[in-house]
Amino acid sequence: MIHNQTVIEQRPAPSSAIGPLAWLRTNLFSDPINTIFTLIGLYVLYLLVVPTVQWAFINADWVGTTREDCSREGACWVFVNARFTQFIYGLYPRAEIWRANIVFAGFFTLIAWLAIPRLPFKRWVAVFALVGFPVVAYVLLHGGYFDLPRVPTHRWGGLMLTLLLATVGMVGALPIGIVLALGRRSNMPIVKSFCVVFIEFWRGVPLITVLFMASVMLPLFMPSGISVDRLVRALIGLTLFQSAYMAEVIRGGLQAIPKGQEEAAAALGMTYWKRMGLIVLPQALKMMIPGIVNTFISLFKDTTLVMIIGLFDLLGIVQAALADSRWLGFSLEGYVFAAFMFWIFCFSMSRYSQYLERKLNTGHKR
Amino acid sequence: MSVRPNARPVGQKPPFWRDRAKRALIFQFILIAAVAVFLVYIVGNTQDNLAARGITTGFGFLSNTAGFGIVQSLIDYSSQSTYGRTFLVGLLNTLLVGSLGVVAATIIGFIVGIARLSPNWLLARLATAYIETFRNIPLLLQIFFWYYAVLRTLPSARDSLTFGEIIFLNVRGLYLPEPLFESGFGLIPVTFILAIVASIALIIWNKRRQEATGQRLPAYWISFALIFGLPLLVMFATGVPITWDVPELRGFNFRGGFTVIPEFLALWLALSIYTAAFIAEIVRSGIQAISHGQTEAAQALSLPRSLVLRLVVIPQALRVIIPPLTSQYLNLIKNSSLATAIGYPDLVSVFAGTTLNQTGQAIEVIAMTMAVYLTISLLVSMFMNWFNARVALVER
Repeated sequence: MIHNQTVIEQRPAPSSAIGPLAWLRTNLFSDPINTIFTLIGLYVLYLLVVPTVQWAFINADWVGTTREDCSREGACWVFVNARFTQFIYGLYPRAEIWRANIVFAGFFTLIAWLAIPRLPFKRWVAVFALVGFPVVAYVLLHGGYFDLPRVPTHRWGGLMLTLLLATVGMVGALPIGIVLALGRRSNMPIVKSFCVVFIEFWRGVPLITVLFMASVMLPLFMPSGISVDRLVRALIGLTLFQSAYMAEVIRGGLQAIPKGQEEAAAALGMTYWKRMGLIVLPQALKMMIPGIVNTFISLFKDTTLVMIIGLFDLLGIVQAALADSRWLGFSLEGYVFAAFMFWIFCFSMSRYSQYLERKLNTGHKR
Repeated sequence: MSVRPNARPVGQKPPFWRDRAKRALIFQFILIAAVAVFLVYIVGNTQDNLAARGITTGFGFLSNTAGFGIVQSLIDYSSQSTYGRTFLVGLLNTLLVGSLGVVAATIIGFIVGIARLSPNWLLARLATAYIETFRNIPLLLQIFFWYYAVLRTLPSARDSLTFGEIIFLNVRGLYLPEPLFESGFGLIPVTFILAIVASIALIIWNKRRQEATGQRLPAYWISFALIFGLPLLVMFATGVPITWDVPELRGFNFRGGFTVIPEFLALWLALSIYTAAFIAEIVRSGIQAISHGQTEAAQALSLPRSLVLRLVVIPQALRVIIPPLTSQYLNLIKNSSLATAIGYPDLVSVFAGTTLNQTGQAIEVIAMTMAVYLTISLLVSMFMNWFNARVALVER
């Protein structure tokens, strides 16, 4: 054994290895090529950030009611301010906005409840969100019951309509998607080919042709005399389109469950629906949540297309406001506002899905 | 041991609803019947509705005169042309913006994706910011942004932005010099093709030689020189048989040159930038999916860094990258249908839009439009299956 009596005192790391200077050296200026990249990056950043900040904040006009309050040096947020209610609620009557507000509040509370892992009674909240809440929301928004004045769907719009289209499309697509995904894995050749054709058809065509189809062909399919509301037509198109994508996500989740699970359930004498409902789907759905959130994000962005068939979602109402002769020339402000709203929603959802992925990922990763 | 009261005597067959095969047969029969009833119902309703509106079905309308002009067309087209011709013009415009979009999105996407993995902190952050910004904003909004907020606010023809007095950009579009090919130019493409054939032969020969002797030539550099050098050489040898038709301001507009309409520019920019954000993420995850052990093992064999990438990491990463990449290409082509929102004359805009409105032939028009996109999707997924089968890992 070697005994070393003279222990050398621990010394701090050399200044070339720690501290901000060392960080700069390793991360930004490690070699000439990196230095060039850093300088180019800084220049690009300078070109982008300085004018943007000047336009959006320093030279911007925030208060006022008409376009005369804007100096035209920077952004005119007065325009967004003046139109804010419309951007959120569409042409919903001003006096009835409290109804939309209640629905908004309920919607966000439910989403938060379901998304935050610590809160209890998840199952009951989910059942209420899927069964009770849509009825409450419909009664409140549409009216016609309990002395609430009717608000026809063509007055719905803005962010409210965007959220409504995305959520209804999503919730409607989930059960259809599950059935299609199970059908695609079925042993019955006709069921399987029917599901494959259905899924590949909707996945193969652009959403815009689906919406065109829903708006011009659906009325032809209905018995004469029955007219379908334009919003409902868009919803049918969105739901069918979304269900095909959902089916593929669910199929991916089902494939991730080892076959032994289903075989073990079959060995216990469970029927097909019990095997699926009690063993396979609960495990698979958990793995699918990130994928489902991702398809929801793309559906949320795709709802903007409904403006092409004449519905005023968030983008549609901004576009309509830009055509107002009193506010011509503020397209940049309008688009930046709409982009910001969409970005907030999509970005937070994608962060949430990444968080879930990390939480559910129990594998080993480097 | 108790006997269940309804137990079957041994040897007797179970009732047919307990027989899986028969049950499956019955279930499928019910499904077919249900679908058939549904279709008959819909077809019946449609016929009634069409009769009520006085619309005749059939594809005869395709040979009628369209009577409207189209701003951009790759083939001869005038308002005297037929609806069938309109369909072709729209299809070609869709394919044009789709293919150029695929090229641009791939280039931007690969650059951004690799930049995101760069050891340079600033570069990686900028790439992340690019991805998170453009991925989370709806494509239609981006198209509107480029079209209404950028290209529509450009100065008029007289105050055009110019790059060296050759390229002009104004509210009416982008004006580029157009190459005019003189006689003797035909030789250049011929040399180009010959050079490509020679390069392929060289690479194959080089590979065989390397396998046999271990020696190799820098075949890629040689073929690069062949493909680009030879045509240039021929061009100078034949006395540069190209003249450029530079756009010129005459009166209120530009004459000559080659015009890119602003609708095309907006759509192309938005599609490429939006799709590139997704491609960048695919590239990043593809490269990250390759286990670090692979790189380390290659380094342990003392391969230089460039060969580690070229022979070990990239071939494996491509296996991960290409399937989602093709589905992004497909998305891009499908998304090009948003052209209709800004009036770029793509298939949906001129055919499912204008033609549908003029003729009222909803079913035929929508069916044809959907068939085009379905065909493209099918072709791409056939390629994907072929590719997957080719590169799939052969395991036990």
